[in-house]
Amino acid sequence: MWILLLLPFIGLLWVPFYNFLEPALFGFPFFYWYQLAWVPISSVLIWLVYRSRKPDEAS
Amino acid sequence: MADQIEWVALAVFVFFFALVTVMGFFAARWKAGPVNDHLDEWGLGGRQFGTWITWFLIGGDFYTAYTVIAVPALVYAVGAYGFFALPYTIIVYPFVFAVMPVLWKVAHANGHVTAADVVHGTYNSRGLELAVAITGMVATMPYIALQLIGMGVVIKAMGLTGELPIVAAFIVLALYTYSSGLRAPALIAFVKDIMIYIVVLVAVVVVPLKLGGYGAVFSAANDAFTAKGGATGLILKPAQMLPYATLALGSALAAFMYPHTLTGIFASKSADTIRKNAILLPAYTLLLGLIALLGYMAYAAHIKVETPNDVVPALFKALFPSWFAGFAFSAIAIGALVPAAVMSIGAANLFTRNVWKSYVNPGISHAGEAAVAKIASLVVKVGALAFILFLPTQYALDLQLLGGLWILQTFPALVFGLFTRWFRAEGLLLGWAAGIVWGSWTAWSNGLKPLATIDLGGNAYVFYVGLGALILNVAIAAVVTLIVSRISPVRRAETSA
Repeated sequence: MWILLLLPFIGLLWVPFYNFLEPALFGFPFFYWYQLAWVPISSVLIWLVYRSRKPDEAS
Repeated sequence: MADQIEWVALAVFVFFFALVTVMGFFAARWKAGPVNDHLDEWGLGGRQFGTWITWFLIGGDFYTAYTVIAVPALVYAVGAYGFFALPYTIIVYPFVFAVMPVLWKVAHANGHVTAADVVHGTYNSRGLELAVAITGMVATMPYIALQLIGMGVVIKAMGLTGELPIVAAFIVLALYTYSSGLRAPALIAFVKDIMIYIVVLVAVVVVPLKLGGYGAVFSAANDAFTAKGGATGLILKPAQMLPYATLALGSALAAFMYPHTLTGIFASKSADTIRKNAILLPAYTLLLGLIALLGYMAYAAHIKVETPNDVVPALFKALFPSWFAGFAFSAIAIGALVPAAVMSIGAANLFTRNVWKSYVNPGISHAGEAAVAKIASLVVKVGALAFILFLPTQYALDLQLLGGLWILQTFPALVFGLFTRWFRAEGLLLGWAAGIVWGSWTAWSNGLKPLATIDLGGNAYVFYVGLGALILNVAIAAVVTLIVSRISPVRRAETSA
């Protein structure tokens, strides 16, 4: 599960993947709403890892 | 900017400033502990902050007033490139989740108060401890100075001139930090963060309504950048992509090496508090992304400013009634007080534990530590104030930029030891020195731009100099560790696991 923590790095640091104007969403060019979308996605990914940890790691 | 005093805005501002001042002094009794008896009390608020207090405290001191002013200013000036703060403040949280609970456990088990304490505990090396402590203190000073600049921008926007208001605000801040310690910014952070959330949520809903929607905002910005030309625009130029990604990564790795963010970590109640915060703190990043868009809204609102830093205050003055502008300006000014307080406490803790205790008075009592730290916090703040009053503003900006690359060089010493015992103190110290010297020299020779260029197979690659310095740092640490391990296979006694 810890591998999920790497996804935001891949999604955001590989800039050629999202350096576009289209498709726009609610007037936001792709470059902007794509990066903003990573905020809740990252939270959910971290939460998934948090939930999957063994109880003995909890402290 | 108008030179007339905005009385309504000023009245709102004075009200909120007075409110947080009272809270700051009252904070000494909040979740009361013996503030003067132990550095854990004054400098870490009693190591008892749960999930919500930590959320407000770290949110309040990581997303600073200067951020609210400078990020929209950069976006206004150059467009997409200024948005690197967004990926930076997203990828920092998987890192915080994976690393900071481990750091907390080590610090908690051994009573460590600072990063340099942890490093000394791990490697038993006074040299490495001092390197980490001095880097932390030096990198923090210009950061505090920037908070003053942020406060100065909004005070100027209300029509007040001269340096007296800033000096007065800072003296008040220094006094309640002195008496209440970390409890003061922790309590004030509640007010500051709620105010900032209100301001930004109102702004991102109301401003586009007045200006014709986000489509109109982006197209106004696009027109302005097309007219302006150069390395600006709504998306990155091909040559900006590598600098954008490396700035984001380097800044994310550096963010939680600073004394003020680490103070928030060490002051938490448990490792789980930190894990939950890694999930919850990105809410502030969403806010930051929206704040950055204020830079584009300024184009749609036809705002003209002398310096980009005036963009945010000018936008609020142009689009909102005076009382709401005053509310927004108070939010930004109070937003400067919280990080400035935590930064001075973090620097004071470093001075007390890793300079005073290590070199001047090793037998110091717990109460003595608290007393030294309180004085040190005053000295740090006076230093930052003098910096702003007597030196050109540009010096603070340049030093802050260099400070980011310096603090990043403490990463291997602090983080590697949490996961492996392979590295040796000698290697980490030489790596630190090499990273700082190469990074500073490269930034300096590029006219204090944070970028370095490297030629590989005829292609020039431009990247964040701090990240390059970190790679050099790690490489040298590894090579020296290999050599030292050959010469003396038995390492010095280490005091903690």
